Amino acid sequence: MNIQLRVNGTPRTIQVDDPDTPLLYVLRNDLDLTGTRFGCGLAQCGACTVHVDGRAVRSCSTPIRAIQGKSVRTIEGLGAPDKPDPLQAAFIAEQAAQCGYCTAGIVMTARALLDSNPHPTEGQVRDALTGNLCRCGSHARVLKAVMRAAGGRS
Amino acid sequence: MKRRAFLKAGGALVVGVALGDFRLPVAAQPMPNADRFLGKPLAPDQVDSFLVIHADDTVTMFAGKIDLGTGGRIALRQMVAEELDIPIERLAMIEGDTALTPDQGRTSGSYGVARGGVQLRQAAATARQTLLALAAQKLGRPAEDLEVADGAIRVKGGGASVRYGELVGDKAFGVKVDPKAPLKDPQRFRFIGKSLARPDIPAKVTGRNRFVHDLKVPGMVHARVIHPPIVGATLRAVDESSIASVPGTRVVRVENLLAVVSEREWDAVRAARLLKAEWTGGTPLPDHATLFDGMKAAKVVRQQDVAKKGDLAALSAPGMRTLNATYRWPMQTHGSMGPSCAVADVGTDRATIWSSTQGPHQYQAIFARLLGMPRERVRIIYMDGAGTYGQAGAEDAACEALLLSKTLARPVRVQWMRHDEHGWDPKGPPQLLELRAAVDAQGAVAAWETRAWLPVATANLPGVPLLAPDAAKIEQPQGRSTGLIYQNVDPPYAFGNMHAGVNWIADAPLRTSAIRAPGKIANTFAVESFTDEIAALAGVDPLEFRLRHLTNPRGIEVLRAVAARMNWQPRPAGRAADRSAAVMKGRGLAYVHYKHDETIVAMGMEVEVTRATGAIRVIRVVCAQDCGLAVNPDNVRSQVEGNVIQTLSRTLHEDVTWDRQHVTSIDWATYPILKFPETPAIDVDVVQRLNEPPLGAGEAGAAPVPAALSNAVFDATGVRLREVPFRPDRVKAVLGGS
Repeated sequence: MNIQLRVNGTPRTIQVDDPDTPLLYVLRNDLDLTGTRFGCGLAQCGACTVHVDGRAVRSCSTPIRAIQGKSVRTIEGLGAPDKPDPLQAAFIAEQAAQCGYCTAGIVMTARALLDSNPHPTEGQVRDALTGNLCRCGSHARVLKAVMRAAGGRS
Repeated sequence: MKRRAFLKAGGALVVGVALGDFRLPVAAQPMPNADRFLGKPLAPDQVDSFLVIHADDTVTMFAGKIDLGTGGRIALRQMVAEELDIPIERLAMIEGDTALTPDQGRTSGSYGVARGGVQLRQAAATARQTLLALAAQKLGRPAEDLEVADGAIRVKGGGASVRYGELVGDKAFGVKVDPKAPLKDPQRFRFIGKSLARPDIPAKVTGRNRFVHDLKVPGMVHARVIHPPIVGATLRAVDESSIASVPGTRVVRVENLLAVVSEREWDAVRAARLLKAEWTGGTPLPDHATLFDGMKAAKVVRQQDVAKKGDLAALSAPGMRTLNATYRWPMQTHGSMGPSCAVADVGTDRATIWSSTQGPHQYQAIFARLLGMPRERVRIIYMDGAGTYGQAGAEDAACEALLLSKTLARPVRVQWMRHDEHGWDPKGPPQLLELRAAVDAQGAVAAWETRAWLPVATANLPGVPLLAPDAAKIEQPQGRSTGLIYQNVDPPYAFGNMHAGVNWIADAPLRTSAIRAPGKIANTFAVESFTDEIAALAGVDPLEFRLRHLTNPRGIEVLRAVAARMNWQPRPAGRAADRSAAVMKGRGLAYVHYKHDETIVAMGMEVEVTRATGAIRVIRVVCAQDCGLAVNPDNVRSQVEGNVIQTLSRTLHEDVTWDRQHVTSIDWATYPILKFPETPAIDVDVVQRLNEPPLGAGEAGAAPVPAALSNAVFDATGVRLREVPFRPDRVKAVLGGS
C-alpha cells in the first residue's frame, strides 16, 4: 500500500505492507528521522510526539493509513543545532535536558501549545505537558524554557 | 624522555601496534574517525591512555566514565582544559569504548567527576608538566622561565614560544600519570567553577543526538525477545505457523531464549505479539501484600554492625520517654523512558556490542566469558541511552543481542518493549527499618537504635546475573546485586549511645540491582523522619534539634542556608497543624551526609495536604548542597533538581506490583510517575569550595527527599507517613485514623 504524505514540508511516498504500521516506525526507519522516539508504544509517555496538520499526536499509536494526504512535522522540522527554533533556543538557554530521550517529544508538545496559544500561563504549560513523562527530572527547567519562549516569566 | 612515534597512515593517526585480524565493522564508533585511534594505550596509569594532542593543537580525551545525561561531557572537559590550559572548544571527547578508553570503573556512585574527572585531570596535569619540560628543551630556557597560555608555551614577559602541536603533535607522551604533578591554583581557574553550557543539549533539543536506539548497522535484523510468563519457565513448544502472516520474519530459539527477527522492525513487533508459545514450570513469586512481613520473618543470614557507640540501656530505663517506629520502602523500577536497546555483531573470533551500559569495561569481561573469547576480542561501545539511574535492562538487551547475533551470524538489534522494561529490568530492593530511641527529661537522645532488614548482595559478583544466559542455559555467576544499601542507616548526629545495624536476609521477590543512591534514600527516610519524631516528642524545633546534635561545620552551614532561604521560624513540628482545615500546610527539613564522608545536603519542603482526598502537593523545595569543588555549578544544580523530582516521584507514586507469576506494573498506567503539573518550585544553593576535592553530585540530593516530605506532611497534619509511596488513598487512610 502506498501512502502519500508531507514530512517537514517535503512530499513523500511510503510503501508499507501493513497499513496499521505506526507512523513512528515509518519516521524512524523509512525516513531516518530518529529524533522521534519510541518510549512506550501505548500513547502514555509522549516521547514520540509529532505534529499532524499542526496538532500534537502520538506517532507510536497513529497508524500510517490515518496519515494519507496529511502533513507531518517532526522535531527535525523545527530547527537544527546551529539554527534552533526559538523554543529550542530557550531549552538551550535554560539547559533544560538531561539524558534528552524525552526532550524531543516535550519540545513538540510545547511547540503545538505555543502555536495555538503564544502566551500561555505557566499553569497552561503544565497542563499541556501532563502527557509527557521525564525520568531525569528536568521538569522545572522545561517549564522555565517554555515560559521563556512564550515571552513570559515562570 | 622516551617518545614512541605514532604512525600516520592514509592521513589517519594509528599507533604502532599491529591490529592483526581484529576486523571491525565500518565506523564502529559513532564519533567520526574515532577508530583511527585503535591500538592506542589503555592502561589507566599512562597519560597516552587519556589524551592525544594533535599537530593542529586540538586534543582528544578518552574517558572510561560516561555521560549519562548527567553533565560529565562538559565537566570532564572543564577539568582537562583547565590543566592543559587550552580553549575548551579544542577538546574532543570519546567515552566508554573498551577499545579506545581506559577502564575507569563503572559510571556509578556519583564518581563520574569525583573519581573519573579527578583521574583525567591528573593525567592532563602530567601532560602539562611534560610539555613544559619539552618546551624548556626546545626553547633552551629553564621551565621556571616559561608560562602556558591557550595551548602554547612561551618565555615569560614575551619572547619565543612553541605550540603543543609542535611539541608532541600526534605522538605519544610515553609517560605515566604523575600523582604529584601540580594542579592549577584555584585562583587561576578559567574553566573549573564556571557554569559552561553542555555540548550535548543543542543536539538533544533538536532531535539530532544519536542514541543507541538509532544505530543501524549494515546487515542488521530487528529482534523482539519474548520473555516467559513466569520467571524461570521452560519453553515447551513454539508454533512457528502462528507468525506465517508476517512475511520475512522468523523465530530464533536458544533453549528458553525466544525471539522473532525481521528485516523490518514493525514486522518483528507484530510477530512477537502473534507468536504462540507454550511455557511450563517456573518459580512462583511470593505474595506482594505480605512483602514486609516476609522480610521480617526471613532467616537472617548475617548481622552487620554499621555503627556502635555506647549502650542501649536507656531504652528500658525508668524516666525515659521511648519511641519506636517502622519504615518501609517498596521495590521500585528504574523506569527508563526509553526501553532498553542494543546492537551486537558477533563473529567467530570477535564481537562488537553497542550499548548504553553504565559499565562497558565491566560487561566486556562478562560478555567475553559468555562468548568464550579473549577479552580484547570483545568491544563494547557506549552510546547514549535514556537515563536509567542504576542498572536497568541495557545489559540484558545487550546480552540477548549478542547471543542472537552469534546464533544468526549477523548483526542483531534488540529493542525491548515497554512491558519488557517495566516487567523485567532488575528492581531496586525493598527495605524495612525499625528504629527505637529513648529521650531523657531534658529532651536529649539517651539511646538510638536502627535495625534494617535488607536483601544481601553476593560478594564478588562480577555483574547482575542476566536473563539471557539463564534462558539459553549458559553458565554465569549467580547471586544478587544491590549496590551499597547499608550506608546511612546510622544517624549523622553525635548521640552517645547509638547502635545501627543490618539483618541481612537472603531473598527479594524479584531480581535486584543498584537504583540511584542505592539504599541511602530509604535509610535517610527512616533516620531523618525518626529524628523529626524525636524532636517533636521533645517539643523542640526540628532545625534547632539537628543543630544541637551536629558537629560537622559544613553540615551546620548547609542547614542554616536552607533555614535562611525558607525564612524558618522556630517552633516544634506539628503544633501548628490545623486539623480542621480542608487544605493543611506544613514545612519539613532533612539532612544527609552522604555515605558519611561525601556530599552534604540539607533540604526543606513546603507542602499542602488536602484532607478530603489525601493528595499531597509539594509547593517548594529548598536545598543547600556542599559537594566540595563544584566543577560546573549550574550542572550541579541541574543534578539536584533531577534528584529532587525523581525522588519525589518515587516517594509519592512508585511501587512495583506483582502477582504469583509476574510483575503486573508493566507500563506508565500501572506504574505512574510524577507528571508536569506536580512540579514544585526548586531553589538550590550550591556551596562552592574551590580548594576542596569534588565529592559527587549525582545522587546525594535524592537521599533527604522522602524525609523532608514526610516531615512536612507531619507538620501539616500531625500524622506520620512511614511507608512509601505516599499515594492519596494511603494518606487519606492515615489521616482518617488520626
